Amino acid sequence: MTSNILRPRAACSNTYSKNAASKAALRMLVLATGLCAVSSPAFAQEVNIYTAREPKLIQPVLEAFTRDTGIKTNIVFAQNGLEERILAEGPNSPADILLTVDVSKMVQSVEMGITQKLDSPALLAAIPSAYRDPDSHWFSASLRARVIYASKERVKDQNLNYEDLASPRWKGKICVRDGQNTYNTSLFSAAIAHMGLVKAEEWLRGIKANLAKKPSGGDRDVAKDIASGQCDIGLANTYYLGLMLNREPERRAWAEAVRIVYPTFTNGGTHINVSGFALAKHAPNKANAIKLAEWLVSDKAQDLYARQNYEHPIRNDIALDPTVASFGNLKPDTVSLTEIAKNRKAASALVDKVQFNSGP
Amino acid sequence: MASFSARQRMSEKWLLLASMIAALVLIPVLSLGITALQPSTGWNALPWSVFSRAITDTFVLTTGVLGLTMIIGVSMGWIIALYRFPGRDILSWLLILPFAVPTYISAYSYVEAMDYFGPFQSFFRDVTGLRARADYWFPEMRSPSGAIFINAMVLYPYFYVASRAAFTMQGGGLIDAARMLGCSRLEALWRVVIPATWPVIAAAATLVFLETLNDIGASQYLGLETFTVAIFNTWLNRGSFAGAAQLALMVFVLVIAVLSLERWLRNNRRFMRASHGQRLLSQQRLTGWRSAICILLCLLPFFAGFVVPVIILAKSAWREVFTTEVTTELFKALGNSILVSTIATLLILILSCAIVLANRFSRLSATASMVRISSFGYALPGTVLVIGLLPALGLFDTAINSLAMWSGSGRLGLILSGSIFAVILASVIRFLAIGIEQVQTGIGSIPRNTDFAAQTLGCSEIRVGWKIHLPAIRPALAGAAILIFVDCLKELPATLLLRPLNFETLATHLYGHASRGNFEEGAAAALLIVAAGLLPLVAMNKLMERKQEPISSNRP
Repeated sequence: MTSNILRPRAACSNTYSKNAASKAALRMLVLATGLCAVSSPAFAQEVNIYTAREPKLIQPVLEAFTRDTGIKTNIVFAQNGLEERILAEGPNSPADILLTVDVSKMVQSVEMGITQKLDSPALLAAIPSAYRDPDSHWFSASLRARVIYASKERVKDQNLNYEDLASPRWKGKICVRDGQNTYNTSLFSAAIAHMGLVKAEEWLRGIKANLAKKPSGGDRDVAKDIASGQCDIGLANTYYLGLMLNREPERRAWAEAVRIVYPTFTNGGTHINVSGFALAKHAPNKANAIKLAEWLVSDKAQDLYARQNYEHPIRNDIALDPTVASFGNLKPDTVSLTEIAKNRKAASALVDKVQFNSGP
Repeated sequence: MASFSARQRMSEKWLLLASMIAALVLIPVLSLGITALQPSTGWNALPWSVFSRAITDTFVLTTGVLGLTMIIGVSMGWIIALYRFPGRDILSWLLILPFAVPTYISAYSYVEAMDYFGPFQSFFRDVTGLRARADYWFPEMRSPSGAIFINAMVLYPYFYVASRAAFTMQGGGLIDAARMLGCSRLEALWRVVIPATWPVIAAAATLVFLETLNDIGASQYLGLETFTVAIFNTWLNRGSFAGAAQLALMVFVLVIAVLSLERWLRNNRRFMRASHGQRLLSQQRLTGWRSAICILLCLLPFFAGFVVPVIILAKSAWREVFTTEVTTELFKALGNSILVSTIATLLILILSCAIVLANRFSRLSATASMVRISSFGYALPGTVLVIGLLPALGLFDTAINSLAMWSGSGRLGLILSGSIFAVILASVIRFLAIGIEQVQTGIGSIPRNTDFAAQTLGCSEIRVGWKIHLPAIRPALAGAAILIFVDCLKELPATLLLRPLNFETLATHLYGHASRGNFEEGAAAALLIVAAGLLPLVAMNKLMERKQEPISSNRP
């Protein structure tokens, strides 16, 4: 088959130059590797998204983007490891934009050198400076608060501190997911920033001693375990409650058994992580990627973040979903996102050190 | 003399072929080694706590699963092979069905089923009048014992299939001899048949061991921190790619050591193989309560491994089909899964035949080592394979592009990275061992004299392989194809990180839902994975039954 392809070429060119020969050889190689030709065809207007955000959650936002701009979105989703893939793909990477749900991942991407500066006055204007990279390599699109789910029936406290979680009062009453999960290590990083490493370790040991069972499951399971009476309080992100109450009828009963308490650090506020984006270093569709980035902080997209996903939009001029508004007022913590990212490894090491995942 | 040197040259060519296939498998291993040597940005030394937990969890899980699967699998194999009772023929293949259920899917279903709000606990509360979860004890699926149970219920078919075949093929004469010497049937099993069929049982044990060790989805979901989970966490949560590679390499070396030990033990024991003249097992007819017990015993693993997960999935899928418009996505994913699995299966079959034939014809002992190296891939968990493959594929693409730029034909973009090819390659590397094992068993049973006779008549080695060996091992090839196809279909971690943009397989489709904590929306995909794995299993069972028919009928 290859020879059929080669013959007319060789016949056409009078001088079978080195160039043509190597071209032909390369073509053969490409053909030999077969199916690679199937990899994404070149559309005039498209943007390639590597996302750690679940496709179903961003689909409404991306569909609206395509409707508005005519730019097609191509997605590859994996919760973890996409940064490594972009790095390995090198200068030929098709990645235009990287969507993540964790500030440390974004900072890590910058450190790995897989991002580039994104110059956009629109982004600077829309996103408060606390929620973007000072060098404009990454930006946040929405806020995700890590809060306490408390049993409506058994817990009467209106205010709780993160520090309280270590109090013996909660012995055998706390549920939480895997300590190494980014949502948790991010909170523990903030704790390190507030208390220092030594106090934070003590605190984490305290929480571990209070656990009702081995850390497992996801944030929704915290609501479930509270509903089933296995524990009284637990750590989870706010939007899961919004989703369960409004979009997941089969889990409504769990959600209705709990209420949200916005805990704060003493001398601080409620821990916030963000979902955000970064422009890939070798983005082949850079202009479209910038369009997408700017679109993500537009009224329409921010409203979708709030109403579809029950998150806190990054822009404070966008109204919260009524369900989320009913949770109470969020007072974001004072520790900067960059500091949280910096403490991440220490937090992860702490989880190992106190053997958090071995349970009580 | 000339013929000797020609033979030598041919042997060298065969060795070259085998080496090329082995190199394919070695690429990710070497790349893993290079990554492990890099100065890590994270912390290099894992704290002892992580290490000790990984050792304990891995040990508890693998030994527990091995023990339970062996007890269930071998006893089921024994019952089906030795006894005739009503429903035996149906049960004989119902018992294989749990094999079609991937561990991660079973894990999800069981957590759902045995949960506080699940049917079993709700029923229990209704009966006992208890209310709060803290008031009573109930088996916890998210625990080591739960994980052992879940794994064992879908992995026991490895033992069942292997021991059933072994008992049927070799059992007859052995049992008769043992009984003549005064053993009861059970004693015959324990003291004669199991030791005699040891190689088959050891091979099944190896597969179960590797499946359990390499699983990440179920272990993670059930809150276990096995080595595979620890590697994953070290890479992605502790932020140390190099540290993960080091840990992975260490486990890999350990696994290879275990496999070599198993091989050595196997080679050190002489075992008999049913020759063509050997009598097949005569089955004992059971009636009354004895047959009832057998039926009940056989139904239990089938229910636990297949019926429970499928009912749970079907319940969720039913809801999903009527509430969302996911069907087009689902069928696209199904198409992709079939495409990738089919191509990977074909490639594996071709490569397996090539390397096994190379080993048969080559007179150089190095060829046998190449065969062993080519089977290494099965010892690599999908996540670890990705750690090895990503940099290797990237390097290849960068080199090709530099070449293209230099030759003036412009940038070609990515060729291997993030392509369907990468996904297929990962499956080929991981599952080549299954193909090799099957083909080797098949070709091994063809007497060498056949080759010599054909060669004396002027056949070249390639012709002997093509005209004599391949037709003779057709059933083995079909069996291998089925096993490989199902495994490719279930493959998740490597596919996830290597797949191209906008490309979902059933497994990644399911993962998308599961990672949102919405596993039940992926239930239809999960069911399709199970269903797609079912048809080949039924076919394989047919094939095996045919193979076990008295051989004399095939002989003139």
